[in-house]
Amino acid sequence: MQDAIHIHVNGQARTWRSGATVADLLQDLDIRTERVAVELNLEILDQAAFGQRQLKNGDRVEILGFIGGGAAAKAKAKD
Amino acid sequence: MTDDRLVIAGREFKSRLWVGTGKYKDFVETQKAIEASGADVVTVAVRRVNITDRSKDNLLDYIDPKKYTILPNTAGCYTVEDAVRYSRLARAAGVSDLVKLEVLGDERTLFPDTAGLIEAAKILIKEGFIVLPYTNDDPIVAKKLVDIGCPAVMPLAAPIGSGLGIRNPYNLKIIMETVKVPIIVDAGVGTASDAALAMEYGADAVLMNTAIAGAQDPLAMAEAMKYGVHAGRLAYKAGRIPRKLYATASSPIEGML
Repeated sequence: MQDAIHIHVNGQARTWRSGATVADLLQDLDIRTERVAVELNLEILDQAAFGQRQLKNGDRVEILGFIGGGAAAKAKAKD
Repeated sequence: MTDDRLVIAGREFKSRLWVGTGKYKDFVETQKAIEASGADVVTVAVRRVNITDRSKDNLLDYIDPKKYTILPNTAGCYTVEDAVRYSRLARAAGVSDLVKLEVLGDERTLFPDTAGLIEAAKILIKEGFIVLPYTNDDPIVAKKLVDIGCPAVMPLAAPIGSGLGIRNPYNLKIIMETVKVPIIVDAGVGTASDAALAMEYGADAVLMNTAIAGAQDPLAMAEAMKYGVHAGRLAYKAGRIPRKLYATASSPIEGML
């Protein structure tokens, strides 16, 4: 068993295998990498960097995509 | 009307009706409504991906980014920092460097915080974004937005989702005379005649979401909006007759008994 790391993904506490990259995380979560944005500890990553960036203990990852919205979205963004 | 293209920052748009993708029953209805509206620009919001339930479909599986211009918005952002952050995230997601910039001032009215809007627009324009700002029907603010580099402005007709129609046509007309960039009337239209009026006043396009998605029959309303915008645009280009207080006979007197 590899070492585990504790990270936050979209605000949820998760335990992940150590050494995993952002691309691994997306794959494990069954999220296609095209048309998503990833913020790692408030730094927005280039999609090309997903495969290089390794996750470490305590990382906060935000994975965002496009949803329906227009001139109407009222929800206030909250962390 | 085929050559009557709308051009913003070098990009050509066929449709003068732009639509949002929120508030629909499901993605199939969203897709059908967009198709019925004839719009080629659709707005989307940027939100956290659902990581616990991956069974949910992706909006962009239904709206092909090769067929439509995807216009990410910063809806729900109340600060300059948030609006800039969401814009950067939208661009990082790889759809385009266009952004419909919203910096909201108040949850009840969803009116724009125009001071914050100008500040956020400045930052994003410096970073190479094509900023389409959702703004108030204020000619002074519209001019400031254009002066700092916005290639179009999107003044509201009325509060978002209110369906009140154009509350201040005179301000909109002054905006059209003040700035030389396309004006897209954004938010507040309720029905097809509102959209037609906006176009008759000289707006270059109309963007709406709730008026279609919230109608009892969204697909029929999408089609109605298409014709409303089209009729309004044609009437604007045709040039209406002046208003007069008294009648002017349209049949000749000559030849009468």
